[in-house]
Amino acid sequence: MSVTTGPSTSLPPLLFGDNQFFGVNHMSEEKARAQAMRFQDISAVQAVLDAAYEEGVRTFMCTTHERIALVCDHVRANPDRYAEMTFYPCMPYAHKYANAMTEDGPLGALRRFLPDEGFLDAALRGGRSLARKDIAGITTLLIDSEMKMFAGLRTPVIFLQNVVVDLLLGLGFDEAFRIFADHVRRRYDAEPGFITMNTPKLLQVLDSLGIDNPIVCSNINKVGFRMSGGIEAYQRMLGERRFRAIAMSVFASGAIPPREAIEWVCEQPNIEAIVFGASSRTNIRATRELVEEYWPHRRQVDQVPVG
Amino acid sequence: MTTKIGLVGLGKMGLSHLALFNAHPEVEVVGICDSAGFMLSVLEKYTGLTTYADMAVMLEEADLDAVVISTPSALHARMVRAALEKGVHVFCEKPFCLDPAESEELAALARSKGLVTQVGYHNRYVGAFQEVKRLIDAGALGRVTHILAEAYGPVVLREQGVTWRSQKGLGGGSLYDYAAHPLNLVNWFAGESRHAGGSVLNPIFSSETDDEVYSTFSFDDGVTAQLSVNWSDESQRKMTTKITIWGTMGRIYADRQEVQVYLRQDAPLVPGYQPGWNVKYTTELTEEVWFYLRGEEYSAQVDDFVTRIGKGALDGVNSFDSAAATDRSIAMLVNDATDGATSSSTTVTAAPPRNRYRRLVPALIRKVVRR
Repeated sequence: MSVTTGPSTSLPPLLFGDNQFFGVNHMSEEKARAQAMRFQDISAVQAVLDAAYEEGVRTFMCTTHERIALVCDHVRANPDRYAEMTFYPCMPYAHKYANAMTEDGPLGALRRFLPDEGFLDAALRGGRSLARKDIAGITTLLIDSEMKMFAGLRTPVIFLQNVVVDLLLGLGFDEAFRIFADHVRRRYDAEPGFITMNTPKLLQVLDSLGIDNPIVCSNINKVGFRMSGGIEAYQRMLGERRFRAIAMSVFASGAIPPREAIEWVCEQPNIEAIVFGASSRTNIRATRELVEEYWPHRRQVDQVPVG
Repeated sequence: MTTKIGLVGLGKMGLSHLALFNAHPEVEVVGICDSAGFMLSVLEKYTGLTTYADMAVMLEEADLDAVVISTPSALHARMVRAALEKGVHVFCEKPFCLDPAESEELAALARSKGLVTQVGYHNRYVGAFQEVKRLIDAGALGRVTHILAEAYGPVVLREQGVTWRSQKGLGGGSLYDYAAHPLNLVNWFAGESRHAGGSVLNPIFSSETDDEVYSTFSFDDGVTAQLSVNWSDESQRKMTTKITIWGTMGRIYADRQEVQVYLRQDAPLVPGYQPGWNVKYTTELTEEVWFYLRGEEYSAQVDDFVTRIGKGALDGVNSFDSAAATDRSIAMLVNDATDGATSSSTTVTAAPPRNRYRRLVPALIRKVVRR
C-alpha cells in the first residue's frame, strides 16, 4: 500500500517556530537562559505569537511541550481573534523522553507516557514478545496522547521530531514511518511531516516505503550547518527529488547575516516554506519583508493592522 | 573495508550507538544483544538484525571484528574481558570500570593483544571542548592554575523507584552517570589527578545513591580543579557540561555551544585569537558528520572508533588507558567522601573492594531484571 502526501495542503512561505520560547539556542546557553526567563510567563509567548499573527505569519510549528497547551487553550477561547491560526504540531518533546529513559530505562519511560498502562502490560504478558499490532497500538496511543492538547484546532500537518526520525532511520526501523503516516492521515486527516538532520538518507527510505512526495523539514543554510550528507547532496536533492522541503536553521543560529541567509535559501529550488523563530515584532517583520523580497511571487496572508 | 560489529546492551546509549553504527557506511551490524526480550524481539522483527540473549553466544557465533558495550557499568569489566579474550576490538560506554585496578588490567590486556579500545567520553569530540584542548596545549593561558568543571541536569527530580542507574553497586548515581564527564575533561586538560579532598557524595531524592557530587582535585605543578555536579536541577532543560579554566595569561569558559576566551595583552599569540575577549560558536567549531542523531560528537566518536580499527591505531583520544585515569580519579573521590579523610594517589584502592562486587553484582542484576 502506498501513502501519498499530495499537494492538498499548501504550505505558507513562512512558518513560525518555537525554539526561542523554550530556552533552545544552538549558539549560546546564556542566550537560551535569558530567553527561558523572558518567556517564563505564557503571556510573553502569546504576545510574540500575536505579533507574528498580525504580521501575517499565522502557522505555528511547535513542539508538543506542555506549555503549548496554554497557547492552545488561549486560541480555542478566542476563535474570532485567531480565525486563521494554524498549528503544525511536532512530536514528541524529546527531552521529556530522554530524561525519563536515563531515569527509568526505555520500557519504564514508555510506561510513564502511555495514557493507559494496562495496554503495555497486557501486550508484554504474552511471552514478552510484541506483535506488530502491539507496536502499532503503542505508537498510535503515544501520538494520540501528544495530540490531545490540539483538540478542536487546525492541524493540517503533523511532524515527527528529528530525534525520533533519525533514531528510527539509523536503526532501520522503517515501518514506524508508515505507522506514523497512516495514523496521522486517518485519525487527524493531516499530512505527515518528517523533521530530520539527514535528508538524503531519509528520502531514500521514504521512497522505498512508497511515501511519495513527503513533507520534510531540515536544516538548509548557506554554511551547511547540520546538513548531514553534505550541502551538495542537499542541493542535488532539492533539484532532483520529489519532496516538499521546509528549510529550518536558515540563519545557522545567527552565523549568517539575515539578508544573506534568506537570499541564499530563496535561490534554492523547490523549497516550499521557511520556519524561523523570533522574539520581537521587528524581527518577525524584517524576516517577512526579506522573504517577500526574494520570493516576490509568494505572499503571506495580508497583514492585520496593528491594534 | 567493512567492520563487523556487535552491540551489547540496548538501553538509552545502546540504542543511540546502534543507530549510529548501523548508519555507518563502513559498518555491518552482525549482532545485537540484550537481556530484555521485549527490546530484542521488537528490533528483530522490525530491523531484521540478528539478536542474541547472551553475549557469550554472540561472541561465539557472530563473525565479529568489534563489540560495543553499553550495559550497566558494573558489568563492563567482565564483558570487556570476555571480548578482549575473544580477540575483538572494544568500544565501552563510560565510566569504564568501577574498580580502577580492573581498568588498568584490561587496558594492558588489550595492548598485549593489539586491540583497539575506546570509551564513550563523547565530550572529547565536542568542537568547543576540542578548541579548549587546542588552546591549553598551545599555552594560550600561560600557566594554568585552576579548573572549574560542572555538570547539571534534570534527571532525578523526586523520590522514585529503583533501576540500575539508581544503584551505586551497578554503577548508577550522578557520580558515574554525570560527574564522570566533567572529570574526564579535567583529566584531558590537566592530566592525572593526584589527590581529592573535601569530597561530597550526597543523595537529594535518591534512596541508594548520590544526586550531587562536589570535590577538589589537585594535579602536578600546583594545578587544582573543582568539580560541581547535580542531576536534580530542574532549572536545566537537559544535561549541560561547563568548563572554566584560569591561567596566568587569561581565562577560558566553554560549554558544548561556545568558547569564550579572555587573553591578556602579553598572552602567547594563537592564530585566530586576539588580546581581550574572543568568542567562538559551535557553528564554526563543529565538523559536519555523515549521519546526525543527537549531536555531532556522538557520530564523530563512532566514526573515530571505526577509523582506528581500519588503521589498527591502538592510541586514540579515549583509549582504555586514558579512561583508566578517570576511573582512578573517581575512586579517589569515593574514598575521600566515604572515609571522610583525604586520600592520595599513593593510598588509592578500588572503591569498594572487588570481592564485594563479585557477590553484590549478580544479586543486584537479578533484582533489576525482575522489575
